[in-house]
Order: sequence, then C-alpha cells, then structure tokens
Amino acid sequence: MKLRFQVNGQAVETDVAPRTTLCDCLRDHLNLTGTHAGCEHGVCGACTVIVDGVAVRSCLMLAVQAAGASVVTVEGLADGDELSPLQEAFRRHHALQCGFCTPGMLTTLHALLSDEPAADEERIRDVLSGNLCRCTGYIPIVEAALEAREHYAKKQELKAG
Amino acid sequence: MRSVNTYIGRPIERVEDLRFLRGRGQYIGDIKREGQWHAAIVRSPAAFGRVVKIDAATALKMRGVHAVITAADIAKPVPTIPFRRKNPTIAPYAQPIIAAGYVRYVGEPVAIVLADSAELAEDAAQDVAIEIDALPPCVNWQASMAGTNLLFPGTTTNIASTFTAQCGDAAAAFAAAPYTRRERFSIQRHTALPMETRGLLAEWHAGDNRLTVHGAAKLPFFNRRAMAGMMDLPETSVDYIELDVGGGFGARGEFYPEDFLVAFAARKFGHPVKWIEDRREHFTAIGHARQMDADVEIACETDGTVVAMRGTMYVDIGAYVRPNGMTPVRNVIQFTAAPYRIPNLDFTGHGVLTNKTPAGTYRGPGRFEGCLFCERMIDIAARELGIDHLDVRRRNLLTAGDMPYTLVGIAPEDGFGDTECDSGDYRVTLERCLEEFGWDEKKALAGTLRDGRYHGIGIGCFIEGGASGPRESARMEITADGAADVYVGSSAIGQGIETIMAQIAADALEIPMAQVRVLHGSTNYLKEGFGSYGSRATVMGGSAIVLAAETVLKAFRETAARTFAVALGDISVSGGLAHARDGRSMTLAQAAALGPLTGEGTFSSDKRTYTYGTAAAHVAVDPKTGAVNVLDYIVVDDVGRAINPLTLHGQVVGAAVQGFGSVFSENLVYDADGQLLVGSLADYLIPVATDYPHIRAITLEQFPAPHNPLGAKGAGEGGIIPVGAAVANAIASALSAFNVQPTDLPLTPPRLWELIEKARTAQAQPRT
Repeated sequence: MKLRFQVNGQAVETDVAPRTTLCDCLRDHLNLTGTHAGCEHGVCGACTVIVDGVAVRSCLMLAVQAAGASVVTVEGLADGDELSPLQEAFRRHHALQCGFCTPGMLTTLHALLSDEPAADEERIRDVLSGNLCRCTGYIPIVEAALEAREHYAKKQELKAG
Repeated sequence: MRSVNTYIGRPIERVEDLRFLRGRGQYIGDIKREGQWHAAIVRSPAAFGRVVKIDAATALKMRGVHAVITAADIAKPVPTIPFRRKNPTIAPYAQPIIAAGYVRYVGEPVAIVLADSAELAEDAAQDVAIEIDALPPCVNWQASMAGTNLLFPGTTTNIASTFTAQCGDAAAAFAAAPYTRRERFSIQRHTALPMETRGLLAEWHAGDNRLTVHGAAKLPFFNRRAMAGMMDLPETSVDYIELDVGGGFGARGEFYPEDFLVAFAARKFGHPVKWIEDRREHFTAIGHARQMDADVEIACETDGTVVAMRGTMYVDIGAYVRPNGMTPVRNVIQFTAAPYRIPNLDFTGHGVLTNKTPAGTYRGPGRFEGCLFCERMIDIAARELGIDHLDVRRRNLLTAGDMPYTLVGIAPEDGFGDTECDSGDYRVTLERCLEEFGWDEKKALAGTLRDGRYHGIGIGCFIEGGASGPRESARMEITADGAADVYVGSSAIGQGIETIMAQIAADALEIPMAQVRVLHGSTNYLKEGFGSYGSRATVMGGSAIVLAAETVLKAFRETAARTFAVALGDISVSGGLAHARDGRSMTLAQAAALGPLTGEGTFSSDKRTYTYGTAAAHVAVDPKTGAVNVLDYIVVDDVGRAINPLTLHGQVVGAAVQGFGSVFSENLVYDADGQLLVGSLADYLIPVATDYPHIRAITLEQFPAPHNPLGAKGAGEGGIIPVGAAVANAIASALSAFNVQPTDLPLTPPRLWELIEKARTAQAQPRT
C-alpha cells in the first residue's frame, strides 16, 4: 500500500504491506532506526513516537494508520547538531546507560512536557511508568525531566506570547 | 600517569550519549546487508520428549521461504556448546546447538527457517509441524533429584554437579555451640531481561573462508573460539563484531544455540542471515537465573559470635548445563558467609537438571542468593539470642586486620582461582550506612503500626567479586593528528565503557579526552581479549590501557631522543609533549609522523577485587493486603577508586532497582507440564517508574585495590546483591510483633498477606 505522511517535518512516501507496523515502517522502510522495538506488544514503550502531538506505541499502530499524520521520532528531537534541553538533561543526569529505552523515554517526555510543562514528579513518574528501563532505576530519568521542564515552560510562554 | 589526574575520578558525561540521545546508536537490529535472509527459530512446544518427525513441507512451499534446517542437516554428532569452566561431571549435559533426538525444555530450538523477511520466516515457522513423543517432565529439583526419571539416557543422575565448600570443623562447632538455628529458603526463577532482545547477523565470505558474526557482547573471544571449534575453522577465520548493546546483566553474550544456527545457515547458503529474537521467545531462550532452595544452619556463641555455618543449596539449572550454568552453584556456597569471619563452614551445592530453560548468570550470581540466606540467619539468630543484630554484624564482619582474608575454597576445583578478600574494613560501610540512613532515628519506627502500615528497617552486608582474570589486552596507536586510538578487549554491555576507558587512556597519555577514540569488544581489534563479565572491564581493561600507554610513552621518548640526538635520559614527557633539556620539544603527532607510534599492554592478574558494602531499607507493610512500600533504601559501598562517579552511581542505583524486581515481582512460573506461563512483559513484572523512587547510593574510596595500578575494584554488580537481604530483614522488623520471618521470594502481596494471617492465627490459638 502506498503511504504518505510527515516524519520529523519531512514529507515521506513509502510502500508497505498492510500488516506493517508503524515501528517497522520507520525502521525498515525509512531507515529511522532510532525507534527501537523492545517487546512488540505495547508494554515496554521503547518504540514510542509522537503522532500529531500524541505519544503512541509505534509497535501497536499500523503504518497505514499514520497516513497524512505528522510523526516525530527521536531523530527529530535535536535542533540540528545541538541536543535539545531534554537530551542535554539526560546526559547531565546520566539518565541512560545502554540507550535502548532512551528514544521512547525522550519521546514520551517530550510529548508530556510540551503539553504539561508544569508536570510534577508524581505526574512524570506516572506517565513514565509506561516505559520500561532496566539500567537506570528511573531516578536520573525523572531528575532530567524535572530539570528540563523550565525550557518547555519558556517555549509555551513564547507560543502564547 | 599524571600525578594529578584530569579525568579519572571525575563525573565525566558520557561519550556514548551523544549518539544514543539522537537515535544514532547502532544496535544489531539496525544493521542490514544486501541479499540478507531472515531466520526464525522453531522451538519445542513440549518440555520433554522424543522428536519423532519434523515436517517442513508446508513451510517450504510458502512464498519467500528458502530453507528449513533441522538436526538432520547438521553434522553428526550435533555440536554441543562448550563450558566456560572445567568440571568433572557435567560433560553429558552440554546443550546441543539444535534438538537432536530429544527435546528437554519448552523453547528448545528444533529447526531454523530462512526467508526473505522476518515476517515470512515467522509465518513459515508456525507451519513447521513437530511430532513429539512426550515424556513426563521433571519440573522441579525435588522430582528430578529422586533420580527415577532421567533427563539424559545413559546417565545415572539428574544432578549435573555437586560442589562443596568446607573449612574448619563445622560438625564439631555445631555440636559444641550453645545456639544453633536452621532455616529453609527459596528463591524464584527469574532472568536478567535486557531491554534489547538478542540478535545476530552472520556473513560467510566464501572467497577467503571467513565467518563474521555481528551482535557480540560480554565475551566475544570465548565465543569466537567456540564457534571456530564447531565450524572446524581456524580461530582467526572467525570474527565476532560488537555493536551497541542494549543491556547485558550477565545473560546476553554467552554462546547460545542461535549463535551456531545463524552462522551455519549463512555459511551453508552463502547469504547473510539475520535473526532478532522476539520478546516471547526471549523468555524461553535466554538464560534463566536464581532459582534455588537452601537449607541453612547457623551456630553462635551467646554473645553473637558466629562460629559455624552449614547448609545445602539445590539450584534448578534447567535442562542443560550452559557455558556458565554452574557459576551460581559454585558461587552460592563460596560466598554465602563471605563478609564474615566464620571459621567453620560446610556447604554443599547441587546443580540439578529440570525440564526448563537452562540457567546461566544474572548480575551477582549466587551472591544475591547467598546474601539473603546469610543476612536473614544473622537477624533471626540475633532476635532469638536477644541481642542487637548490628552488634552481631560488628562482631563478625571482616576488619582491616583480617586482610587479606582467604575465603573458603571449593571442590571440585573449577579454575575460578584465588578468592582472597583484598582490602577493606567491612565495618566502615556498615557504620556509614547507618549514619546516612538515620538508623538511630528510624529505630523507633520499627515494628510500629502507623496509618495502617507496619514500619520496619533492615540491613544487608555484602561483598562483590570483581576483576576476573586471567588477563586483558589493550593496544594504542597514535594517529597522524596526535590522537590516540585505543583498542581494548573489554566489551560494552551498556555500561559506558567508551567513556571510562577514554578517561583512563587520556590520563595515562596526558592528552585531552577528546583526542582518544576507544574501540572495543570486536575480535578483529586484538589478538586476544576476554570481555566484560564478573565486574572486570574497568579494572582489567583499564589496567591494560595503563600498561599500553606506558609502552607508547617509552617509544615516544625514544623517538624524541633519536630525533634530537640526545640521550634518552635527557627527554622528559608530559602533557603530550616530549621535552629535551635544551628546550626543544616534540608533539605526539610529530613523533607519529616519523614512524608508527604504538604500544601494547596486557594486564594479568589472578587476584580478584572485592568491593564491599552495606544496604539499609525502610519499608511499610500493609497487613490488609500484604503490599510493601519501600520508603527509603540506601547502599554504601567502598570501590577502592571510582574512575567515573557518575557512571558508577548509575550502576549501583540501577542494580538496586533491578533487585527490587527480584524481591517483589519477577517470576518465571512453570506449570506442572513444564510450560512457561510467562509470555510477555505484561506477565513478567520488572520495576516501573512509580515503584521505587527512594533509592540512594554512596560510594567510598577508602581502601584502594592493592593488585592493580588503578586501585579500582569491580563494581557493576554490588548494587543488586544485598537487596533481598535488606528488604526481607526490614519486613521481618516491620512484622516482628507477629514473628513473621520471610524466607521465600518473591515477596508478593498474597504471599506476605498469607504469612501475616498464619502468624495471627497461630498467636490467637490458646497455648497448651
């Protein structure tokens, strides 16, 4: 099936079998391998991408369901060569070790903080509880998210401005 | 080395992060090759039986399917996976790389399907019909040890190996002791569960008879040797290539059946073959761990001096002995009593075969288990003797005066080598932990009911072995621009090795870290290497880098002396420059331009390092549900020297949270037919972000390691070792009014609720 949508601001066109998941489409058809498949049954959250502003599990969504949508993957978070404030905070707090869950953590938090820059620790932990990490124990991830909030708040102010 | 280090000891942000954060890491699933075929493994649906027939006719007719390989296609006898350590009795129980004649666990590879895509291979795998003449399985060690239902025809027992650990005269000490206490413990089967499943991509280069296997981790050089042996190739014709690795924790990177099957297919058909394990098969395929029962006894003087311990451990090792399948068995009997000065010990450990996925290692193998047994016994004994359990610990913990302290030896000798606690005063971390935890203030809470929950506090003291020998290699090349390429035999398992090794190399060469590039883990970088296991990478690989740098700097001085036509003694080297006394100087780049500037280093050591520490937990138990909240948890360890406090802290905290999964929720449950009931991450509950927010870790550098140039001790596993001990002791403290003594993991709410109810009922009974 022919399929058109936007990924990280670029229009893409590809041809997928109807059963292809969005995750496989991104990884295998569009070579965006930053999105990781950790369980392929919607529990681990490593494959999380942002579809029209909402964090979704790309392993549970068919690629064809993304027709016409705007998708943001981990590759789309940095500003050129500059890490985003959230990515910077991850590095500063050592919020990643093996890096496998990291794309899903970043997209989940980016979607959350873009909507709710004032999210408190409880809210952040609650939302992150849908993403599994086996290395860090989550503590530094939460610290990084808390620190990155101010940048999202500023962004929202500017937008409202 | 610099007299003042620039990088070692500082919380340097990681080099690896720059690619991981942008989604530019390259894991095994991310690479592809022109013309590659995809593999799917057909696995046994039965726990035990004879393979009667495998019918692949339907699968082979499917579009895009190229081949189905079974044992019949592979040389007879089917190769078996070699062991990592010698052992006189385990040979008959090695795992064949594909089921040959018998299947012995659900998930055992029976056939491998090759197709154009992973989807087509998986579709076809479902249509491979396996006819199995089922046999009654042994699903627990008790049934297996009875010996009436043998897993391997031609053998006489289902006990693959029995180890003993003895010192002093335990029988006499028990006979003479005024207080003895015996208790049984049980730990459930669980697993390391890295977030990235396993995967491989094998390529056969017919032109020069070479095999390349991508997807290495942990011990690429051992696996290369194993593969070369099975493939009848010279070792140098096999390369294991490491990519980014999504977590290891002891389970990933061992030689598994799929290593051979994927490589065999690539060689047979001349196509690159890729295989990525899916999560469901991961549960039945990757090494299981931890499941054991223990019958442990302690003997004390009335003042709390522990005079003896003894016991028997029954370890459920699953259907075969995998390369490191005996490690938990030998470790648990050697290290159960480890932090303490106990003169008389007598432990026996049985590695018992059952019809389950074979076991291997998981972070702190045998040590997590032994720590639970020992620390619970200390608390139980102290309670019954009416003395403070802290005093019992203070009285028996090893002190600086005891060092070096040789731990109990084991038989049969398995080449594990020396076990000598190297340095430290184990009371130091206990006292510091109590202080940081606020033990004295929290003591008043112990056993009290507040807001409907019982509060309790508990301690776990531990040691962690590291720096497994025998050696590790490194090579350094100064490039034309004065940068250093550093090749090291250690491998990545997500621990930040590129950063840590670059810190060490930059300080050793006295150059900026940005000029160091670390290449590691692949067999084509070095003639010999070992890898990352037993908390060895930083100490062994890092020390090899220090030695390689010394060779490079010597060559640098020689080049400068030659160029300036002065005596070698007239050249000094610092900050990446060689200075002559007359003021002339030369950069590393200039020297490299005059000829190759390289150095090799091999660090050999049969002395292990022993990080030691103490954990304390504060829990609240809801007696109505049995649910436990961890309100505070702190671990203090002494690692000798921290190369990177940021990554080290991450190791300790991350390991601690893994340990909570072991204590409370992770469980690989089998039914009576040997079917694994866990099929997804919805059934297998690892900790999530809302579960354990209150974890603290403090690292001391009080007693440097005496046997390596860095002074560092291995520290990747310690965080997990005391979790069961500290938490179970805290729960016992919370429920002390009922004298509930947790002995079995996992401590799920129903189990704890049941313990509380039983204790209440017993207390309500009128005494007779």
